[in-house]
Amino acid sequence: MQTTTTGPPGAEARQDATVAARAVDVWKVYGSGEAQVAALRGVSVDLGRGRFTAIMGPSGSGKSTLMHCLAGLDTVTRGEVHIGDVLVTGLGDAKLTRLRRDQVGFIFQQFNLLPSLTAQENILLPLSIAGRKPDRDWFAQVIEIVGLGDRLSHRPSQLSGGQQQRVACARALVARPNVIFADEPTGNLDSRSGAEVLGFLRRSVRDYGQTIVMVTHDPNAASYADRVVFLADGEVRAELHAPTADAVLDTMGRLDTGPVGAGRTVGA
Amino acid sequence: MLRATLKSLRSRKLRLVLSGIAVVLGVMFVSGAFVLTSTLGASFDSLSASVYAGTDVAVSGKAPVSGGEPDENSATVPAELIGDVRAVSGVEKATGVVSVSGARVIGADGKVVTTSGPARLGTSWTGTADHRRLRTGREPRAADEIAVNASLAAAAGIEVGDRVGVLTLQPKKTFTLVGVFGYSGDRDTVGGAQEVSFIEPVAQELMLGRTGVYSAVVVEAAPGVAPEVLRDRLSAALGDTYDVKTGRQLQDAAAEVFREALSFFNNVLLGFAGVALFVGTFLILNTFSILVAQRVKELALMRAIGASRWQMIGSVLVEALVIGIVASALGLGAGIGVGALLAYVFRHVGNTDLPMESIEIPASAVVSAFAVGTLVTLVAALLPAVRAARVPPVAALREVAAPDRPLTRLTVAGVLITAIGGAALGLGLAGQGGAATMPLLLGGVLVSFTGIALLTPMIARPVVSVLGLLFSRSVPGRLGRLNSARNPRRTAITAAALMVGLALITGVHVVLESATASFTTMVDTRVKADLIISGAPGGDSAPTFDPAVLGRARQIGGVREVVGEYGDIAMINGRPNRVTAVTDLAAMTRMLPLRATEGTLATLPAGHLAVDAKRATELGLHAGSTVRVRLARGGVRTMTVAGVYTDDDVYRVGGWILPAEAAHDFRVAQPSFGYLRLADGADVSEVRKQIDALLADSPEVTVGDRGAFIAQQSSQFDTILAMIQLLLALAILIAVLGIVNTLALSVLERTRELGLLRAIGLRRSQAMLMIAVEAVVISVFGALLGLAVGSGLGATVVRALRKEGFTDVALPWERMGTYLVLAVIVGAFAATLPAIRAARVDVLHAIAHE
Repeated sequence: MQTTTTGPPGAEARQDATVAARAVDVWKVYGSGEAQVAALRGVSVDLGRGRFTAIMGPSGSGKSTLMHCLAGLDTVTRGEVHIGDVLVTGLGDAKLTRLRRDQVGFIFQQFNLLPSLTAQENILLPLSIAGRKPDRDWFAQVIEIVGLGDRLSHRPSQLSGGQQQRVACARALVARPNVIFADEPTGNLDSRSGAEVLGFLRRSVRDYGQTIVMVTHDPNAASYADRVVFLADGEVRAELHAPTADAVLDTMGRLDTGPVGAGRTVGA
Repeated sequence: MLRATLKSLRSRKLRLVLSGIAVVLGVMFVSGAFVLTSTLGASFDSLSASVYAGTDVAVSGKAPVSGGEPDENSATVPAELIGDVRAVSGVEKATGVVSVSGARVIGADGKVVTTSGPARLGTSWTGTADHRRLRTGREPRAADEIAVNASLAAAAGIEVGDRVGVLTLQPKKTFTLVGVFGYSGDRDTVGGAQEVSFIEPVAQELMLGRTGVYSAVVVEAAPGVAPEVLRDRLSAALGDTYDVKTGRQLQDAAAEVFREALSFFNNVLLGFAGVALFVGTFLILNTFSILVAQRVKELALMRAIGASRWQMIGSVLVEALVIGIVASALGLGAGIGVGALLAYVFRHVGNTDLPMESIEIPASAVVSAFAVGTLVTLVAALLPAVRAARVPPVAALREVAAPDRPLTRLTVAGVLITAIGGAALGLGLAGQGGAATMPLLLGGVLVSFTGIALLTPMIARPVVSVLGLLFSRSVPGRLGRLNSARNPRRTAITAAALMVGLALITGVHVVLESATASFTTMVDTRVKADLIISGAPGGDSAPTFDPAVLGRARQIGGVREVVGEYGDIAMINGRPNRVTAVTDLAAMTRMLPLRATEGTLATLPAGHLAVDAKRATELGLHAGSTVRVRLARGGVRTMTVAGVYTDDDVYRVGGWILPAEAAHDFRVAQPSFGYLRLADGADVSEVRKQIDALLADSPEVTVGDRGAFIAQQSSQFDTILAMIQLLLALAILIAVLGIVNTLALSVLERTRELGLLRAIGLRRSQAMLMIAVEAVVISVFGALLGLAVGSGLGATVVRALRKEGFTDVALPWERMGTYLVLAVIVGAFAATLPAIRAARVDVLHAIAHE
């Protein structure tokens, strides 16, 4: 286990090919005048290529907002976001859509599968939309990783929550995006299914060099990551490398003066 | 509970407005019909009151032929009657008048001026003491002088001093127009009627067939004598050979005739209302079903915290009631507008110059608007309400999985109801229902539609899947196809709205097309005439031509045979029958499919007639039997059956054929058809040119070959077709509303999915395409269903009418193709708004909202 720093991390690696996504002094402000609320206050963070990064923080810390900004789902008020070598900030909807299609994968807490498509069709959906042919070997490998071999022709309504989330993971993996953003991927799962999902997320990073950024409030989930970035009040407060669940819990407790149990609140 | 209901109503305004529009339209047509009838009726009353102001009592003859079509025209009173009338005490003044329809003026353009229903009167000029007011010129004084009313002068484009041709009982005669008159109240016409005024003897000769007779004697009562009293005195004095009526009675009778004419418009409007409301029922049913499905959690929560089933049903029905009342109120307002607009159109465009003091809004319009509007909405909401009550409280607690209930029960019900509807339809078509035939037919169609609508979910899945294959090449297309197959009930009901309208229209088209095809086949295979002289059917008096043309045509080189055909109604053995007089029966048998089954058709001497086999059997007639015949003129005569014939039930030669001499006693002694057979090798177009020249003074008819004859005779369907197109527009409008509604709700329901698709890279245009494909699939499905059901319906009707001469079943392929294309356009159009909405889905909100 390594130590924590309180300064903005990642500033050291500017034009590094090992960076999959990067936020530079990102501000996100909602409302105006008196009612102004800053969700992000000058966040700078580099997300290493081929690494499994967890973003943690109590409810309202801005961790989901940061992820949405990084993924090109939300615009930033100030600062820059890069994915790969693309400057995301300022892109129009068409280019953003294309960027998401070609460079980004998503895993959501709510699975978000299309009920009318089979598991296989759901998995291949991003490729179909992009009009790309799936790589057969890679597809087989992904199916093997998530362990869905016998469920491919099922529809989401015929799958358990854990199985649905595995389909969602496979959907994100199969396009080999530059980076996969996972928003509380285990939030709706029981602990065993959750552990399975986290297990093969880590495996896809270790064995296949996939970049994954995961937002979570669960210290146990965060412990699967290579690195944990802690947010509070819209600022990066701390960072852990190769964390354990206990270390994460410990760091969470020291983040602010508020009750440490904040991590137990539902939602982001 | 009530407050919660109203609150949820407010939060879904747009949806409710959309589903309510169909009700608004339906109510609009209902109340519009009442407003129109009432407004025009009132204005006509005030008009006819002024027309009959100078008439206290009128004495008219009894028609020798009656009971068939209204034919008061042939009733006359002798001139001597005026003296008898004057002798009755209390009579201040008695005037003999001639006023008969059938005076057709040839306009400046050489064509006969027509009306869209009102009479074309020929009258005797009785001075301006009555309601006529001379505008320009003077009254007619000589035999070749006429005056016309202002609206006729304008329509014909003629002025005082012009030479004007007029067709009457006699062929074209030319007169000098010496005066143009209007009526009291500064009117150009009385309810759209044209009027040509001759001097008295000319009017008698041309309009009644001989001098010394009048249409009626108009009586003015002495001061202090009530019209009713005078009427009774006159009745007693003159005996029952004559009809004696007060001005008030005549006024009421005229109003009755007018109302009857109006009832056509009324029925059209009510028909539209019926379609709108019937289709609207589907729309409302669908909207409420979707709303209930979307609110399962909310409803379950209500149940969980103690709301009873009845309260759930009540809450949905209260929603429906509010929508029904609001839609009815809006529909009533729109209906008053439509009624007023149509009344205005009727007055100005229809050239009727009716006085219109105010728009009448009868209580019946208001009552029917609210009754119909709320009832339809409530009935449509009943099923969803029951469904809402069935939501178990536990649904509040668990993840809602849209249960895909089996369609078995629905399908069984659909088959059953369709069968019932089909049976009613069959019974009606077979003519077994008697007085109930019309209700049986209508009810059968409606019940069948309902049954088929219940069957549609079953059909929807396979058909929609196949249809969708067309779009499966692209991912958005495939998704759209899957979405449309996702909820077969919803797709089906939405499509059913389009189906109903299109099925009705296609059905009528099939019948008309088959009628034309049957007529064409018949003329092509059976009619051997090379040229036919005929006029376009319709109008207040049948088109006729100068009988002299027949004789002159025979002189033309290349013409082998000519037959003229006259038509009228006659009393045969005391009952009204359509009769025909032909100039040469033997020649006619060579040109038309007439075959003698008894006696002979080779000659038809005076005092003889031929009768068709059907009527002969009915009356037990054989060659040599005698019948009593009373024509429009002359007394009862006894005629002998010379031959019995069959015409294969196809040609419209009346059941009774009389010799040419009889035509002199027809009301109009002029032929309406002429058939010519040419010599082998004769130049048809050359002969035709010469006949054309002969017909110069008979502008109501034309000469043409069989093709032209077919086209002319089937042109009468054009009006029906125009009506049908209007109905189509209405049906499509409602169908669009239905599709918009369903899609808007679907987009809302699938916000999360749309967000996901956009998040993983679906472009806005692709999202829009996805919605458009769904819409087009639904509308094409509805159209196909409508075309299929309509064709079936039309073909059934045609088959049932085979005995009436419908030999061929013909499908209007071209039109059906057009409708299908239209469906694609309609679908794409309906998708616009929901698609924009789908494209605008905020990705972040869609996927982040919990």
